[in-house]
Amino acid sequence: METPRRTFLKVGGLAALTLAVGGGIYRATHPATPQRFVLDGEARTVLEAIVPAMLAGALPPTGPARTAAVGATIEHVHAAINGLPLAAQKEVQDLFGLLALAPARRFLAGVPEAWGQASTAQVAAFLQSWRLHRFTMLQSAYFALHDLIFGAWYADPSTWAAIGYPGPIKELGV
Amino acid sequence: MSDIRIIPDPVAAGVAAGWKVTDAANLGADQAMTADVVVIGSGAGGGVTAEILALAGLDVLIVEEGALRSSRDFRMKEAEAYPTLYQESAARKTADKSINILQGRTVGGSTTVNWTSSFRTPEPTLAFWQSRFGLKDYSPEALAPWFAMMEQRLNVAEWTMAPNENNELLRKGADKLGIPVSTIRRNVRGCWNLGYCGMGCPTNAKQSMLVTTIPSALAHGARLLTHARAERFAFTGDSIERLELTAMGADGVMPTGRKITVRAKHYVLAGGAINSPALLLRSKAPNPHDLLGKRTFLHPTVISSAVYEQAVNGFDGAPQTIYSDHFLHTSPIDGPVGYKLEAPPLHPVLLSTTMQGFGEQHAALMQQFPHVHGLLALLRDGFHPESNGGSVGLRGDGSPVLDYPLNDTIWDGVKRSLLTMAEIQFASGARGVMPVHEQAHMYRTWGEAKQAIAELPYRTHLMRVVSAHVMGGVPMSGDEKSGLVGPDGRYRALRNLSVHDGSLFPTSIGANPQLSIYGLTARLASGLAEALTGKPAPRVAA
Repeated sequence: METPRRTFLKVGGLAALTLAVGGGIYRATHPATPQRFVLDGEARTVLEAIVPAMLAGALPPTGPARTAAVGATIEHVHAAINGLPLAAQKEVQDLFGLLALAPARRFLAGVPEAWGQASTAQVAAFLQSWRLHRFTMLQSAYFALHDLIFGAWYADPSTWAAIGYPGPIKELGV
Repeated sequence: MSDIRIIPDPVAAGVAAGWKVTDAANLGADQAMTADVVVIGSGAGGGVTAEILALAGLDVLIVEEGALRSSRDFRMKEAEAYPTLYQESAARKTADKSINILQGRTVGGSTTVNWTSSFRTPEPTLAFWQSRFGLKDYSPEALAPWFAMMEQRLNVAEWTMAPNENNELLRKGADKLGIPVSTIRRNVRGCWNLGYCGMGCPTNAKQSMLVTTIPSALAHGARLLTHARAERFAFTGDSIERLELTAMGADGVMPTGRKITVRAKHYVLAGGAINSPALLLRSKAPNPHDLLGKRTFLHPTVISSAVYEQAVNGFDGAPQTIYSDHFLHTSPIDGPVGYKLEAPPLHPVLLSTTMQGFGEQHAALMQQFPHVHGLLALLRDGFHPESNGGSVGLRGDGSPVLDYPLNDTIWDGVKRSLLTMAEIQFASGARGVMPVHEQAHMYRTWGEAKQAIAELPYRTHLMRVVSAHVMGGVPMSGDEKSGLVGPDGRYRALRNLSVHDGSLFPTSIGANPQLSIYGLTARLASGLAEALTGKPAPRVAA
């Protein structure tokens, strides 16, 4: 039986390989989108899984309000990505392309189910593993998701009452 | 606009009165332009230079990659401010993505979005420059009249209102521990004490370049070209023959395909310490001693959050009014890295993206938002022999990226500063202190925090490091082997190029740099005006 460390090293090798080719496969199998980030169905499915885990405790717990909040957050994430420089948009596109590949999801993110079926606990475990991962590339991918999703959530005035933020003064007519 | 506003907008009024402003996003064809002097960048260095040269009677063209936005656009909303007013939507990062960098990209540059903290260049920094970089004329006495002129121009003055609670807690904790603090001078006029400086001043109280030097330059005939990205210089012999620019679309992301060419007698580079060296690198400018883009400094900054029983409301009131330089002076300047302590403003996006963790733990902290306090420590990089900063390089598409390795010299300063900040926060009554580090928790006592901070692993992507001060990369020195630029601001290897921004600094400043840039570039621009006109330079006044 292999030692856990050895297994980890093998996974590490796969991780590096997958990272190197993931974006390439993604671009080869998708219509050319040379510059701007495009939120396609696969990227949306990935976000629909990640947003509830990232925002656990902040999102409405159940029901249509929760679904609507997740949807609005994804739209705001999309808008934020489209404001980034093109080089950064391409990196984010590659990240979502990578996450959408089943082998990467399974072996790199450790999420056994398709994103649409994954539990919030499984997704949270993935986020936690990338957050502290020894590969800084995966850590920085976690930080990109962290900053995009929290930035989108707390930029929205509808989230401010829950944290006791009154917003800017109204007297300026803005 | 249908929006009825009670604050007069001097920029909108100036445009209506006939300022010569061109938005390159709207150009229907390529353009060729000429000027006596083209100033590249409209931030602290570009704004000061443009005013002085325009008052000297020169035909000045200011080019700026960002848009012209003004108080009627500044609605105190992070969702609008970060994408429209900052480089890379306020998400500019170092090459390994471990340091987040806040820099302005709008008319007025970072001065439009900074927190108004105004410090003259500290005397120990100038002494170091004099002894190590041959900058003999950079004594406090020689610079004092230039700082005084710009302080008057920009109304830099003591802040006489009470500090907000976020700053007061720094004072209270430091007092308890016998750590001296002082009040921060600010460049404001009739400040409403709102706390939204970082999103563009909605009342035009902040005396940024947007409402001072640039309007003055434009009123004296200067022209402003916005949404224009300076791509490269073309050279003939040892002269710049022309500057080539790309027109950016209104969104600031996609080029429109239009090109602009500017021919000028003289070129002033003031794009900030990432974009200025990048333009020279793309242009393959002469760089005989391999200094270009090297020794770029950040004041690597770390944050300690805390929670108090009472409301802190860190979003409310002038953002930075109390500071301590005590830990800049406890060791020799080139010894263990010293740090300056300040309190940052706290708004929901800035705080939530900065704080570690996700899910329930993150939500629990955010639910205490009004009770959260923040302290930051700016590390004075570039003095210790092993603190050599980072280097600016180019991506495949020509865009700049800063590689800034964090080494043990910096981590040592990080650890000491986290200890200091936690001790101050507990001394001022914090119920809990949480350094912004992925493996840190909310510590309930100073003893617990002290032990935990000593044991945390200090590595990139675990310790959150940020920067709002980029300096160096096109260094100034009395000696050509250590300075691409001479003490007069002239690029040594090119006859008609000056550099007037923070990229000149041969080390970091050890204080928020805006007033250093104002004072130094006022002096350099005055010298340039005299050289170009043969007449005494004009003195600027508010």
